[in-house]
This record gives sequence, structure tokens and C-alpha cells, in this order.
Amino acid sequence: MTAEAQTPPVEAPEIPEIPEIPEIPEIDVMGERDFGFWLYLMSDAIIFSLLFATYVVMIPGTDGGPTAQDVFDLPRAFAETVLLLTSSFTFGMASVAVLSGNKTHVVLWLAVTAVLGLGFIGLELSEFTSMIAAGAGPDRSGFLSAFFALVGTHGLHVTAGLVWILVTIIQLSRKELTPLMRSRIYRLGLFWHFLDIVWIGIFSVVYLPGVMGEAF
Amino acid sequence: MLGKLSWDALPLYSWVAFSGAAMEVLAAVAVVAIITYLRAWRYLWTEWLTSVDHKRIGIMYTVLALVMLLRGFADAIMMRTQQAVAYDSQGYLPPDHFDQVFSAHGTIMIFFMAMPFLTGLINFVVPQQIGARDVAFPFLNSVSLWLTASGAGLVLASLVIGKFSTAGWTAYPPYSGIEYSPDVGVDYWLWAVILSGVGTTLTGINFLVTILKRRAPGMTLMRMPLFTWTALVVSLLIVFAFPAVTVAGGLLGLDRYLGMHFFTNDGGGNMMNYINLIWIWGHPEVYILILPAFGIFSEIVSTFSRKRLFGYASLVYATAAIGLLSFTVWLHHFFTMGSSANVNAFFGIMTMIIAVPTGVKVFDWLFTMYRGRIEMSVPMLWTIGFIVTFVIGGMSGVLLAIPPVDYLMHNSTFLVAHFHNMLIPGALFGYFAGYMYWFPKAFGFKLDDTWGRRAFWLWISGFYLAFMPLYVLGFMGMSRRMEHYDMPGWQPWLIVAALGAFLIAAGIACMIIQLYVSVKNREALADTTGDPWGGRTLEWATASPPAPYNFARIPVVHDRDELIWRKEHGEGADKDDIATPIELPENTGHGVIIGIVGGILGFAMIWHIWWLAVVSLVAILATIVMRSFQDEGERDLTDSDVSALEKRGSGPLVGY
Repeated sequence: MTAEAQTPPVEAPEIPEIPEIPEIPEIDVMGERDFGFWLYLMSDAIIFSLLFATYVVMIPGTDGGPTAQDVFDLPRAFAETVLLLTSSFTFGMASVAVLSGNKTHVVLWLAVTAVLGLGFIGLELSEFTSMIAAGAGPDRSGFLSAFFALVGTHGLHVTAGLVWILVTIIQLSRKELTPLMRSRIYRLGLFWHFLDIVWIGIFSVVYLPGVMGEAF
Repeated sequence: MLGKLSWDALPLYSWVAFSGAAMEVLAAVAVVAIITYLRAWRYLWTEWLTSVDHKRIGIMYTVLALVMLLRGFADAIMMRTQQAVAYDSQGYLPPDHFDQVFSAHGTIMIFFMAMPFLTGLINFVVPQQIGARDVAFPFLNSVSLWLTASGAGLVLASLVIGKFSTAGWTAYPPYSGIEYSPDVGVDYWLWAVILSGVGTTLTGINFLVTILKRRAPGMTLMRMPLFTWTALVVSLLIVFAFPAVTVAGGLLGLDRYLGMHFFTNDGGGNMMNYINLIWIWGHPEVYILILPAFGIFSEIVSTFSRKRLFGYASLVYATAAIGLLSFTVWLHHFFTMGSSANVNAFFGIMTMIIAVPTGVKVFDWLFTMYRGRIEMSVPMLWTIGFIVTFVIGGMSGVLLAIPPVDYLMHNSTFLVAHFHNMLIPGALFGYFAGYMYWFPKAFGFKLDDTWGRRAFWLWISGFYLAFMPLYVLGFMGMSRRMEHYDMPGWQPWLIVAALGAFLIAAGIACMIIQLYVSVKNREALADTTGDPWGGRTLEWATASPPAPYNFARIPVVHDRDELIWRKEHGEGADKDDIATPIELPENTGHGVIIGIVGGILGFAMIWHIWWLAVVSLVAILATIVMRSFQDEGERDLTDSDVSALEKRGSGPLVGY
């Protein structure tokens, strides 16, 4: 007989019946808005994924016109990438300033973010205009239509983000960092970082394979 | 200044189109005149159009759906009569007009009848079923409603100003491209679909948040009523699927407006990409239409069998499985595209697999009825009619899921019969059942029973008469959408089908009479308890019609059939309910403004009135930005407000 067997069996501790405590029915308004915004981003992500799929399908549809290798300019796309990624970092600094409650710094970092975003849009517009001038506009071929639709949709989103940043800066000049303003800036941040992620997708699906001439 | 708009836009190309347009204009004038005569504009504006109350928004959605049902059915009966007479003759509809009619019929019935109907029912019922006082985003809800309404308005406008699309309700390119459809028809379709699609996406987000975040304490996911479960899955499908129709429509628009080459024959376009995109939305859409009806049937079958729902968990899992599988079958709409045999086989098998969870549901409903004390109320009639008819349609669907069979039946009237056999019993009967089931909750009196029965029997016999011949005609080789034909063997079947359409017309007439009779006899039909059917779930715990906040005290939920639990526990069953301060969002006209200006934006784009498009786009953005500068308006109800509203009780049109 082992020692264990001799010890009296340990009685299972009686589990006290936990009374069902209803959660406090207080509605977390900001939490709901954040959750709703995540859902919106999810549906927006599907829009982008379908545009990506369309682009990949249409790469061969050049109709004898310019191909990716002919029209893409990697240094410019790289500069755009640097601007946008840096703007995501500066937005992060704005978020940190929100946490420390320093309104001046929030406005400052948002303004830096907007300037970087503007630089991005400026480069993108110059890319588009030079392509159109060179006869590689969106009506030239299915491939170019898909390129302009995908990159242009992203650009429109960035523009909307810039307007939103502007509105936020104006609102901050009138209001304090109320919980409502904090939660709005949080959602604006989600939007801005989301566009960054989409851009990384564009850079690695459109530009990189494009200049390397690798077909999917 | 006015773009492509000129006097030529008036519908003088066919007398049928002209009289249709005239009727539509007269109806609009009559509605305006009646409202003016009743001096009801102020009431309508302050109490309804600007309302952000989910119940009123739900009712307005349903009214929109019923109005559009009339318009969509008018198109249907025109097609049936045309085909009944068009053997070896031109019939009375010129081809171009006939093509508009079938395109408008499909577009209206899917986007502007079925979608508003189910959205209306979800809006009205779900917050009450989960013990909530409102949806998560009441203002967004109002925006959704008015965007949908302005999309519907564009379709209606196309009958009077210009033409509607002739490219079918899915607007397949290259025919829908600018080269073959240079007029405004496809643009009407495009903007109506995009506007309402944005509204629907917002609705999906709204209800996901509402259902996941606003349930009463104690209501775990597996205690949610089944209708709420279907609403949850449908909202998820909306958020995931509707972006696809936005993309498909947007790219088609780029082709049409900016001369791009996504779907054109030349220029490196790829039209099959459109077909893929539209059905990546389109097949989940079918389940978006049908799942809420399944939820309604589940509620009704258990209420009127006086039994707990059989196999609740299996119904929940079946709903979720259908939701998931709905994204894996889209290619069965175009097996004939010519994918490899393996691809077609995959999609064929996935399609057949969907029949399994659906079959599970049918058995659950049957077992709920088994040994129940069934009360053959009108909602129950719709339910039983649905089960029988839907099984037939389901079997024809499994047949079509076999790719070699589909090669023979593709684009034939067999297909038309199949999907009407799914959507009329599977979706529409469900919405009708829900309309008659929850009507007393909305207005405090029941709908007349006798006229309801007449409507049901006419609808179901009309349905069989109208669509069974189309199965036969499909086997005889008749293509869908034929304006005329020269096969003598087809005509008898088409005449029978037209007779069926007339029976359905009589069914619709019965429903209109039912509404009239019920309003007249509302005192006799009054629901003074708030629970006219012996309901099982929380929406029957409120007054009929409910107070603006639904629940004065937030109910604490103990059981899946919470109201039955409360009835069984008698006095004091509500002792746990929690009194919290009641805040109501204030009504706002911004939703209506965004909707109307959105409609103007669509109209301006359709007719190439560029300055107006820019102005309205700026106006919409300005409204949104301006709104963000105001902090939300909310009205706190005082205790005396609440006790006054609580004393109101239930009864016909209390509080209207």
C-alpha cells in the first residue's frame, strides 16, 4: 500500500453557488463607436481586397500598351512609402500626446501628420499626371484602369483622412480633450494606420513586382 | 446646364410606359394632396421623417417595401400578360420597354422591396427582443433609411424621366457598358444600387454593434431569440458582402463615365471579372434575404405550437453554417463561364452542402410542431405554406447545382421558376408572416383574420399556378426574358402562368382590404395587453405600441423564452429588472437631408449635370462635418414623463 492510499480521501471542496450577478447595464458609448468603426474598416478592407484581386487579374490586360515595367517609378513610390509610414509614426506621437493630455502637442503632431500626408498626395498626383501625359492614362488599357482604381481609391481615402485631420484640428482649437474628442482621435488613428497597411500592400503587390517584371 | 436632360426624356416612346408614368405621377400628387388636406406635414416631419426611433424607422422601411412591392408586382404582371399573348406576335410591349420592365422588376424586388422589408422588421423587432432601448447608432439608422429611400426614388423617377436599364437586375457587361447602353438606364440602376448599398452597409454595422453590445443583462448569445440570431448573421453577411456590389458597380461606373476598360470587349477588359464580383455579393445576398425569414418562421412556429423551439442550438449552428457557406458558392451562377471541371465540381458540391443545414432547419420546424398545440393563425399559415413550397424549390436548386444539368438549364425559365420558388415562400412569405405577427405590436391592434386567410390562399395558389408552368417551359427549352416567341406549345403554359399572376394580384388586393378593414375595426381588434398571441420573447413584454424607450426598466433575462419564464414565475418575476435613467436621442433632420441630397447627387450624375453633382457632394460633406461640431442632442426623460408614458398602456394607435 502506498502512502497516498492510506491518507483519507480529500473531500472535494464544496463550490459555493455563485449568484448570477447581472452586469451593470451602463452603455459604453465610445466603446460601441470604436467597435462599429472596426467593423467599417473590415468592410473597407474587403473593398480593397477586391480591388487588389481585380488588379492582379488585369495585369495581363495591357492591350499592347505600356506594362508595369514601363510606367512604374520605384524611387517615387519609395518616397511615397517613406512619407506615409512616417506620417503613421507622427500620428502615433499625437496619440501619445492625447494620453498625456497635452492638447498643444496633439495639434502639433496632427499638423505634422497632415503635412506628410499632403506630401504623399502631391507625389501621387504628380505620378498620375505624368502617366496620363505619357499616354498611360486609366482609359488606355484594362491594366491601367485597375492600377488607377486601386491606387486612386487609396489616395481618395488619404484625402478624406486629411480632411478629417483638418476638422479635428479646428475642433481642438475650440474644445478641450473631452472623452468624445479623445475617442474621435482614436478612430481617426485607426483609419490612418489602416491606410498605411493598405499602402504596404500596394507597394508590395503593385510596385515591387511591377518594376521587377514578375507576373503573378 | 442640364447635362443630357431635355424634353426627350419624357416617356413618349410607348403608350404603356406613358400611362405607367402618368399613374405614378398621379399617385405622388394624390399622396401630397392627402397629406396637405389632413394638414399632416408638420406631424409627418417632426414625428416620422426626422425620427431616430428604431421602431418608427422600422415602420417607415416596411411602408417603403410595401409601396415598392406594388410597383415591382405591376412589372411582374405586365411580363406575364405580355408573354401570354406574344405567341407569333409582338404583344403590347415593345422589346425595349419589355427589357426595362424585367430589369426594373428584379432590381425593385431585391433592393427596394425585400431589403427594406427585412431591414424594417429587424429594426422594429430586434432591439425589443434583446431588451434594449434603441439601436447603437440611431442617427446612422436614419441615414440608412433615407439613402435606401432615395435609391428607390431614383428607380421610380426613371419611369417618368428617361428610361430604366435594359440590362437585367445584375447589369452584366459588356452589354451594360457605354458602348451598347449609351442611354441613362444603366446609370439609374447604378446609382440606385450604390446609394441603397451604402445605406445597407451602415445598417449591417449598426445591428452588429447593437446585438453584440446592447443585450439586456443575462441574455447570453445562446439565449437570444432566433430572429435576433438570424439578424446577427445577416448583419455580418451585409458587412462582408455589400462591399463587393459597391466595387462591381463602381468599376462599371468608371467604365461608363471615364472610358476605362474593366469590363469592355476591347482594351484588355475582362467582363467575367464583373460576373465574379457581382455574385460574390449576389449569393450571400440571397441568404441575407432568406435568413431573417427563417428567423421569423422560427418565432412563429414556436409561438403558435405553444412549444419551446425544437433544436434551438442546431438552428443557431445551421444559420451560422449557411452564413459561412454562402460565400463559397457564387460560381454556380455561371457554371457556363467555362471553368475547369474541377472548379465547377467544387462549387457544385458546396452548393449541395448548403441544402444540409437548410434541411436541418426544416426538420426543426416540423419537430417543433410535432405534438404541439398548433393554432392555425394567419402567420402560421404562411409558415406552413412556406415549408411545403420551399422544399420543392430547394430540390430544384440541388438539381441546378449539378454542373452538367446546369449547362442545359442555364438561363431558362426553369431557373426563373427555381429562384422565385425560393424567394417568394422563403423570403416574402416570411416577411408577410412577420408583418402580420408584429403588426399589433406596432399599432396596438391585430390585422383582420379573414382577409389575411384569403390573401394567403390566393398568394399560395397563385404562386403555384404562376411558377410551376415555368419549370415545364424550362424543360421545353424556353429562355428567360423573351419578349415574344414562335413556339405554339409554350403558349398554354404561359397563359396558366398569367392566370397565376392574376390570383396573386387578388391576394395583394386582399392585403390592402385587410389593412383598410383592420384600421376601421381597430377597436374590436384591439390588443390591450401588449401580448396578443401568447408570445415567448421579450418584445411581447412591452406595451403595444411600445413607449419610445421600449423598457422603463431594463429586463434581466433568465431564460431563452424569457416571457414564458416570467409568466411561469408569476408575480415578482420582474424583481431583478434594473431602473436606469432614460435618455432618448433627439430627432434630427440631418438624415433626411443627407438622403435627399444623396438622391440629387445620383440624379445629377445620371444626367451628367456636373455642377449639381459637385454642389450636392459638398452639401453632404458639409452636413456631416457640421454635425461633428455639435455634441449629440439627447433628451433625458424625467420620472413624470416616464410614468405618463407607462400609464398610456396598450391599444389601437396609442401615442400616434
